[in-house]
Amino acid sequence: MSVVTCPDCENLFAELDRYIDSVKDNTGVLINVLHKAQEIFGYLSEEVQQHVSEKLNVPLSQVYGVVTFYNFFTMKPKGKHQIKVCLGTACYVKGADKIMERLQDELKVPMNQPTADGKFSIHAVRCLGACSMAPVVLIGEDDYYGRVTPDEVSKILDKYRRAE
Amino acid sequence: MSKPITVLVSIDSNSLLLGARHYKNYLASLVEKYNLGSIVDVLETGSFGDYGKGVLFLVLPENTVYSVKSEVDVEKIVLEHLLKGRIARELVVEDFSTEGPVEAKSTTIEERVVLRNAGSIDPRNIEEYIALNGYQGLAKAFRMEPRAVIEEIKKSGLRGRGGAGFPTGLKWEFTQKVDSPDKYVICNADEGEPGTFKDRLIMEGDPHSVIEGMVVAGYAVGASKGYIYIRGEYFESVASLRRAISQAYEYGLLGASILGTDFSFDLSVRLGAGAYVCGEETALIESIEGKSGRPRLKPPYPPVSGLYNKPTVVNNVETFACVPPIIDKGANWFKAIGTKSSAGTKVYSLCGNLVKRGIVEVPMGTTVADLVYKFGGGIPDGRAVKMVQTGGAAGTFIKPEELGAPLDFDSFKNSGASLGSGVILAIDETHCAVDVAKNLMEFFAHESCGKCSPCREGTHIIVHILNEFSKGRGTRELFDQLYDVADTMEDSSFCGLGQAVPVPLRSILDRFKDEFLAHVDTLQCPVGICKFDKKKKKR
Ligand SMILES: Cc1cc2nc3c(=O)[nH]c(=O)nc-3n(C[C@H](O)[C@H](O)[C@H](O)COP(=O)(O)O)c2cc1C
Ligand code: SF4
Ligand code: FES
Ligand code: FES
Repeated sequence: MSVVTCPDCENLFAELDRYIDSVKDNTGVLINVLHKAQEIFGYLSEEVQQHVSEKLNVPLSQVYGVVTFYNFFTMKPKGKHQIKVCLGTACYVKGADKIMERLQDELKVPMNQPTADGKFSIHAVRCLGACSMAPVVLIGEDDYYGRVTPDEVSKILDKYRRAE
Repeated sequence: MSKPITVLVSIDSNSLLLGARHYKNYLASLVEKYNLGSIVDVLETGSFGDYGKGVLFLVLPENTVYSVKSEVDVEKIVLEHLLKGRIARELVVEDFSTEGPVEAKSTTIEERVVLRNAGSIDPRNIEEYIALNGYQGLAKAFRMEPRAVIEEIKKSGLRGRGGAGFPTGLKWEFTQKVDSPDKYVICNADEGEPGTFKDRLIMEGDPHSVIEGMVVAGYAVGASKGYIYIRGEYFESVASLRRAISQAYEYGLLGASILGTDFSFDLSVRLGAGAYVCGEETALIESIEGKSGRPRLKPPYPPVSGLYNKPTVVNNVETFACVPPIIDKGANWFKAIGTKSSAGTKVYSLCGNLVKRGIVEVPMGTTVADLVYKFGGGIPDGRAVKMVQTGGAAGTFIKPEELGAPLDFDSFKNSGASLGSGVILAIDETHCAVDVAKNLMEFFAHESCGKCSPCREGTHIIVHILNEFSKGRGTRELFDQLYDVADTMEDSSFCGLGQAVPVPLRSILDRFKDEFLAHVDTLQCPVGICKFDKKKKKR
């Protein structure tokens, strides 16, 4: 068995297994399972991929192929709060690039790299389907910010900086 | 029992950003506090469209639309309107009606087929859908032979709303004709085109219309299993559909022996994971099978060999939502709307530099000008429009003098404006054509799945050249080279993604040639967006 790398790992794996067991008789559930795994673990480590591969009886190469193919999946830990900036055309013409610049200035990190304290990471995404609210920033899974201006960036970040 | 007064709160992904759920709960708490519970119903409904004006409350029976931006506004509505019966004027959205601003003189009006219920029912409650003729189309279909259902769809002239415009009835007929014990119906809800959000609002505002359309399709072609493939990022839509599906099971509208017939149909949701190419139907099928979403060779097409190599119907969300009213009201009713080549209505996503951004449904053949000025309210801040992108990422850019073009499935052929997935993205004069082209081509370079070299390499070459232009290093040779790459990609790309890249590229190059070449000849960005490399600037 793989080494346990996080204090709560056993519970997390148990949670994943419960989900896998609930969908297992369906074919083609790999992607739904990986969604769940990423929701539980935050990212898809080799260990997690190995586990999914064994449980679903899908070759590890296929799991890895799928994880690297889709933008949504990540193999590296990201910041606690993932900041997704939409650079789709509708957001772009509403100044999304300026939001991106300001975020990187504020947090002093380039894209896709967690801040030193591990709290944030910034990612570019293409269209979040909220184009009428452009430019759009999504923090975590469901904190959407619409019609964002560069000057609001710091205020938005403060909310998460202050938390705990 | 319904109560004398109903307040409908417009809930969609966009209004949620503005605190819609919070205001709705606050409203409900005030209704309690003032003992209005017996006369006032507070309900959630789908999108009213986004008017840039906060969260919208619709009070019935007066039909007053309020825009709410704070708790104080909610209090005002309760104290004035609900308690005293006086309309709170300062919060009323005057131009909410579809009349649009005065400068729009055209007679085009909104016509709701797909959005017939969105914004007027609670999408979380199947009974409200049923009360408004919901599942009647299905009941009627069951009284017909499957072949007759297909004939009706063929006669209606319904064509796919996902971009390609393939006749839906014909697609169903191909699938029906193949002899196979297992067939599938798939709803394509991947919606990845930048600028498109119509499918999302349809699924959130009226999920049962999509489910009903899928069951009708299943009955017509002889399929007993369906999937809705939806973008994993669309949390709200996923929740809405899952809730609707489980209600449909409860009411015997999904599962075994639907409505007492011997027809059975199961439906489940599959999540996408952020790959634009998965909107392509064969890539989508690969993805549902749990693999990387790389397109398959066509033919065979999905109606012959699709999911698990079985005959499969793949249709767009909006296409399915058109089906129940066509069956219910008849093909002729649908055919009477729209243009000769393109029956029915189209839902547009209005976005970019527009005053009113949101979705609107109008008959096929509506002009871009109407969409931009009448429904979109024109360009804000007194600026001029520079170009409008129609049809989405794979669509076209058109210039202000071309806005009179009516949009339908033939418009690309007739006037060069593509209908595509129904995006109307206005771009004002502060933007640079080179920069816009670069942003779009970066999208394609990022989303190319890498299976074939014309697309994988071609998109990167294009981005590289556009980058040279924006740095002041463009040349006339490079400009011509963009056309060469486009030709190669069109001729030899494996799937629709690579084949479609030349469409937007050529359309912007053709129309803004002067601006591109100004970057070469004067070494200046006419708009001042591109930051030129200083060293190179003095040749
Ligand atoms: C790169 C690419 C992306 C696509 N994305 C979508 C999409 O997001 N939604 C959609 O309905 N169709 C999309 N399509 C079109 C589908 O392949 C297919 O034609 C469509 O789902 C058929 O449904 P319809 O006939 O109802 O339009 C895409 C095609 C390509 C080539
Ligand atoms: S055209 Fe592009 S997206 Fe399509 S198969 Fe080739 S590389 Fe993949
Ligand atoms: S382009 Fe940004 S949300 Fe659609
Ligand atoms: S590259 Fe900009 S107007 Fe130019």
